[in-house]
Amino acid sequence: MSATVQTLEAMERPPVSMGSRLEGELLEVSMGPQHPSTHGVFRMNVALDGEIVRKLKPVFGYLHRNHEKIGENTSYLGSMPYTDRLDYFCSMTNNWAYALSVEKLAGIQVPERAEYLRIILAELTRLQNHASLLGFLLNDMGAWGTPLMYAFREREKILDLFESLSGSRMMCDYMRFGGCRVDASDDWLVGAKKIVDRFPKFLDEFEELILGNEIVIGRTQNVGKVSAELAINAGVTGPMLRACGVNYDLRKVDGYGYYPHFKFRIPLGEHGDTYDRLMMRALEMRESVSILQQAFAQIQPGPVLNPKVKIRAFRPPIGEAYGRIEGPKGELGFYLISDGGPNPYRYRVRPPSFINLTILEDMCLGHTVADVMVILGSVDIVMGEVDR
Amino acid sequence: MMESLEEIKARIQAAAPGVKIDIVANGSPSQQHSLLIDNEHAVGIAKFLRVDPALRLDFCSNATGVDWLDRTVKKTVKVKKLVDGEEKEVNETIEGKIPGYLEAVYHLYSITHKHGPVIIRMRTADRTDGARLPSLTPIWRSAEFQEREIFDLYGVRFDGHPDLRRILMWDEFQDYPMRKDYREPDDYEWEPTPHDEVLEKAKQHYPPRPAEEELKPS
Repeated sequence: MSATVQTLEAMERPPVSMGSRLEGELLEVSMGPQHPSTHGVFRMNVALDGEIVRKLKPVFGYLHRNHEKIGENTSYLGSMPYTDRLDYFCSMTNNWAYALSVEKLAGIQVPERAEYLRIILAELTRLQNHASLLGFLLNDMGAWGTPLMYAFREREKILDLFESLSGSRMMCDYMRFGGCRVDASDDWLVGAKKIVDRFPKFLDEFEELILGNEIVIGRTQNVGKVSAELAINAGVTGPMLRACGVNYDLRKVDGYGYYPHFKFRIPLGEHGDTYDRLMMRALEMRESVSILQQAFAQIQPGPVLNPKVKIRAFRPPIGEAYGRIEGPKGELGFYLISDGGPNPYRYRVRPPSFINLTILEDMCLGHTVADVMVILGSVDIVMGEVDR
Repeated sequence: MMESLEEIKARIQAAAPGVKIDIVANGSPSQQHSLLIDNEHAVGIAKFLRVDPALRLDFCSNATGVDWLDRTVKKTVKVKKLVDGEEKEVNETIEGKIPGYLEAVYHLYSITHKHGPVIIRMRTADRTDGARLPSLTPIWRSAEFQEREIFDLYGVRFDGHPDLRRILMWDEFQDYPMRKDYREPDDYEWEPTPHDEVLEKAKQHYPPRPAEEELKPS
């Protein structure tokens, strides 16, 4: 080794890159909107340095149909079936969030059996949403088909339950202001209980299959980390927020419906990476099974619809209300302003997966293109809700 | 329990004298009243709400716009009038006009203290295309996409927003579809045919073709 003495001038000069890498040349790639792993028509404009993401701008609006404007031009009841189409995986929770906001706006009470049915259906929705999300996420990682089919086999059983109760697998349109549309028969409850009782067995199998898998761990751990402060500030909600270790679940915090009568735990992550987000879903499904078993044990016969509510020709008093529930994807809220007429003056949906995408760029910076797919999959988006 | 809006208002005004805050009452059974804050001090008030140890409203859940058209309000006022030479009290209706404005509404919650919502609203001066409001994205990043959406659908320009572009509609779109007086075009697919303005543009873009004589081989 020989030491070279540099002159002062040479030291002050900015360093000239001599390596083989080209500096300052970014390749701009448009990922999507037609791409199987963007979960619909979602586009990201990515600036790449080699394979590393340096910039990422999401582009929305390919599925935009101005849901809110349509909601303002329809009666309160008329928007109920349309909320099914927001997040078409979880129509039951969409119905509940909308019904809850209208009930807040008009001060409507809900009978006890209806509250139990709502909890049963919301938790079943959570089960099938989380199960299929894990399947899709594995699909994005390259585990073609098998995990997704395992998840869809279970999801199909739950959708059959929805169909026999509401008449439709996915577009359920089941809830009404002040209760539910139809009562569940005893046979239905027995059948639902059977499916829920068998669900932990599927979970054991599924977790054995994916969560200990070396490739899954390699692809997800330390990928797409989010700090708790950033997640709170960026309005991230749902399993994504809890993966950062923030204990905030609206079922506990707001205690809407009959959730205060139930015993369940809130799983919390530690690192806020993709693996934690994946684990949140797996652990939440266990808790949902426990809630469902309690609900099946406690549910009593009774009316399911408040008879005092005029559902047709419904005119709430002048004012406004914001109601929110813990949807499977995060905080789903509806903000309604009534001017005393049959249509809402303002009808606003607070879509969880849209706002969870705020930090997509922060999560992806410095990772490879292949990781972007996994990170996006772990956010759990449905474009029907993001674009509205 | 969270303190009432009156207490919050009093504390903000004690911390920063001269700030104008009104409480907007909500007549519905939801009892969600809101604070109308003045646009000039909005960022300061928002910072106070987020940082204040008793409130710690660190989570801006929902941000949205509302369009209020011009309204006429009728008031009955008793007026003393001379009727048949006698002074009598007569009811008279006076029509008052409230000019329209655009509104941005923010629903704030605290994850630290698990309370909320505190609702704050800001109003623009008018409903013209240049309607402006201060952006609260520097305080709560969750407002980033939602303020873009308000700009896109209502046409409120947010000062201080890092990246204010259309978000749901395409970039070339002209109008603001969530406004109450928006009329949708008959045909979204309409494209200008190569006449008039398009032809004019094309002429500017391409140099005129050389005359035929010049093209002939000499």
